[in-house]
Amino acid sequence: MKQAIELARETFLTSTGLSDQHLEQVFSHLLRQDTTLADLYFQSARYESWGLEEGIIKSGSYSIEQGVGVRAVCGEQTGFAYSGEISLPALLESARAASAISRAGQSGSVNAWKVNAPSRALYGMDDPLASLSESDKIAFLQQIDSIARATSPYVQQVMANMVAVHEIILIVDESGRMTADVRPLVRTNVSVIVERNGQTESATAGGGGRFNLDFFTNGNKAQEYAEEAVRKALINLDAEAAPAGSMTVVLGNGWPGVLLHEAIGHGLEGDFNRKGTSAFAGRIGEQVAAKGITVVDDGTLSQRRGSLSVDDEGTETQCTTLIEDGILKGYLFDRQNAALMNTRSTGNGRRQSYAHLPMPRMTNTYMQAGNYAAEEIIASVDKGIYAVNFSGGQVDITSGKFVFSASEAYVIENGKLGKPLKNATLIGNGPDVLTRVSMVGNDLQLDTGIGVCGKDGQSVPVGVGQPTLRVDGLTVGGTATA
Amino acid sequence: MIELENRFDTATEFQAMAERVLEAAKAKGATAAELDIDKGTGLSVEVRMGQVDKLQYHRDQGINITVYFGHRKGFASTGDFSRQAVEDTLDAACRIARYTSEDEFNGLADPEQMATVFPKLDLYHPWELDAEMAVEMALQAESVAREHDQRITNSEGASVDSYAGLSLYANSHEFMGIRHSTRHSLSCAVVAQDGDSMQRDYWYSVSRVPGYLDSADTVGAEAAQRALRRLHARSLSTREAPVLFSPQMARGLMGSLVGAISGGSQYRKASFLLNSLGQQVFPEFVHLYEDPFIRQGLGSRSYDGEGVATRQRDIVKDGVIQDYFLGSYSARKLGMKSTGSASGASNLLLADTGVSFVDLLQQMGTGLLVTELIGHGINSITGDYSRGAVGYWVEDGMIVHPVEEVTIAGNLKDMFRGIVGIGDDVDERGSIRTGSVLIDKMTIAGQ
Ligand SMILES: [Zn+2]
Repeated sequence: MKQAIELARETFLTSTGLSDQHLEQVFSHLLRQDTTLADLYFQSARYESWGLEEGIIKSGSYSIEQGVGVRAVCGEQTGFAYSGEISLPALLESARAASAISRAGQSGSVNAWKVNAPSRALYGMDDPLASLSESDKIAFLQQIDSIARATSPYVQQVMANMVAVHEIILIVDESGRMTADVRPLVRTNVSVIVERNGQTESATAGGGGRFNLDFFTNGNKAQEYAEEAVRKALINLDAEAAPAGSMTVVLGNGWPGVLLHEAIGHGLEGDFNRKGTSAFAGRIGEQVAAKGITVVDDGTLSQRRGSLSVDDEGTETQCTTLIEDGILKGYLFDRQNAALMNTRSTGNGRRQSYAHLPMPRMTNTYMQAGNYAAEEIIASVDKGIYAVNFSGGQVDITSGKFVFSASEAYVIENGKLGKPLKNATLIGNGPDVLTRVSMVGNDLQLDTGIGVCGKDGQSVPVGVGQPTLRVDGLTVGGTATA
Repeated sequence: MIELENRFDTATEFQAMAERVLEAAKAKGATAAELDIDKGTGLSVEVRMGQVDKLQYHRDQGINITVYFGHRKGFASTGDFSRQAVEDTLDAACRIARYTSEDEFNGLADPEQMATVFPKLDLYHPWELDAEMAVEMALQAESVAREHDQRITNSEGASVDSYAGLSLYANSHEFMGIRHSTRHSLSCAVVAQDGDSMQRDYWYSVSRVPGYLDSADTVGAEAAQRALRRLHARSLSTREAPVLFSPQMARGLMGSLVGAISGGSQYRKASFLLNSLGQQVFPEFVHLYEDPFIRQGLGSRSYDGEGVATRQRDIVKDGVIQDYFLGSYSARKLGMKSTGSASGASNLLLADTGVSFVDLLQQMGTGLLVTELIGHGINSITGDYSRGAVGYWVEDGMIVHPVEEVTIAGNLKDMFRGIVGIGDDVDERGSIRTGSVLIDKMTIAGQ
């Protein structure tokens, strides 16, 4: 089988007539006396998606996104240009535009190319678009529809879609390092609307990762996702108004790890900390979580949605400890911010596409397991709520305030689960929320592979996870004030 | 100068390309086809702490092709304009259409609805801007903000953006529309610090016409004042109170209305305002008007994404829903006509109730003024609303202290009915233009 680098060279260089000498020429335009880093990011991504609604395949789409981004960095300053056309004139024009960030004279060139091959492959190179026949893709979506409708007579609408992406990238940097990666990414989402006695509710379920589409068919995911979406929607039909005010909140394992992503993760991204605009800036070594709590960002998990063999700057990903036993240990870095803070990239330099600049981003962010059984944690609460599913969140990096919205939650009374509650937003303060964690479950779980993180208008796939947690004193934004 | 080079030649090229694709689609057996071709160029400059931070040149292009074989539909897109790539993309769309289902509601919009008159919208005003000028302007905004007060201790920077774009839409009803447009903006974000309180806020100006942008001094000073005002914000105890949405936040309320009365959520029965045509959703004084023809307007357009002519119309009159936002597909599903909304709402104007922002504060008396909302806690099917809020606690019509770490919750149906005043402090920086909106009662959750 071909190596990633051979496939990438063939895609971006051989087929466009670009030679190593041409790349040297581009770098000689790009590099100045004060350039601290520079790179060319070639990307070719093919997307296919199929959408089912009202029992029929209503939509199908296919697209190709291809181009090259050219970046020159001088310390804190970045020049960037990109082109959807991969050719020598386009590259030279982009290089001239990006190098305008420097006023220094031209200097240096790159003439010894070396291939940087990641030490381990976290996912296969196969094209996931071709991993299932069109009729099997469609049959899978139809199976979701029929299972969802068979699960409950209250199901009114079933929407399901299946997306596959195959991406080839080649990063060439100022040191002559050439790094290639071939990335598969697939996802299935199911959304159902249920109606009972004139009352309507909805819910979603789904999953995915960096593998082939047969993951869904072999793993009987049609049944899993369809039943899960219907179950959640039906629960919402019985939901009562959520309480309003500060109370004990037990967070379920898995996807509720979005708490860590919002409350902790973004605030620990290197750019905000280098600039001193994060509520976590300058707090390395301080206690920011209860003893026993350890949080990591791990880009090296096999086939996970947030994983990468190498980041978008060609740095091998790693497992970075953010909080260890309650103490803040580290930030997430790309190359530029690492250099400015005299440290090394943690392999978190990511970008949405060739037309966007890389910045420090999370991969898979999760908390290590503790000792308590989930039942024990719930039983310990006199009065509070148990929130097991969320529909996303947001954070204000500077004030540290974050929110995340519960889409499935229950009352806890005298240690027992009670009635389901309507959707409510939970709000807290990032730098102290983890100090209020009083019990950590032994049931660490990662999400099913549906996370998308947005920052500065750029979206990237991420993962989250956590064990069941008890948080003492989180504000629940319901409407019931009694 | 940020301008499309030879934009009229490019438009001619695009026309030829569109004709080629439509003809080729027909030759491949497609019964109908439509496509968009877009191209844009731009410059964005960011400065931070008195020096250039980022200099970015944008150059984007794309073609989206939809083909119909009877009532089956296929879609494909690419950014590569070579003949071969466009041909491959058309083939991909045709391949997709082999597998999608027969759906009688699919197809181009009705031919008699195609736009035939094109009012002058005046959307193209390229900026005589180079990187140096942009840097100078951004530096000025940031330095005004940083020098505004000693408590402005840090900056996320200031930026100047300019973008010029050309976009063509054509379909096999022989409709072809070309739009040239520009968009320019200036923004600034700074951090205020006092003791252990640290707050960030920003301000921006946006226009299709460079000369209409607020000055760097205005944008910088406003960013600084907004960050300073948030210092020492605190939470509130849980309570019920009236809530005054600033014009920027009130825009989101109207956005939720648009979603709820759009065709997709109506035909899927996924709306808290299901079958609301002719229903009293707001108090009688509420009037919302759609005007796609505002010259230089950010949401102005004479035809939508299917070539359907847009028109000026009432959306809400005397508090009653007058019309939905429909594209051709959802219109057919509902047995109605497209409203020229395939690309969403154009410009929306919410009429004020003859009161100023200060009048509204006084009318509210004691309550919460909301200036920022975070999170996505809106259930568009039930209307349940619960979001993180930042703002000011108001007593006797006077601002008492800044507020953070609270949520505001309610149901959009009650919130719409509970509107008691709309200010004349209209924010014109978006396609939804509204002043502050006062709502009689919501639940505020805090510590
Ligand atoms: Zn995020």
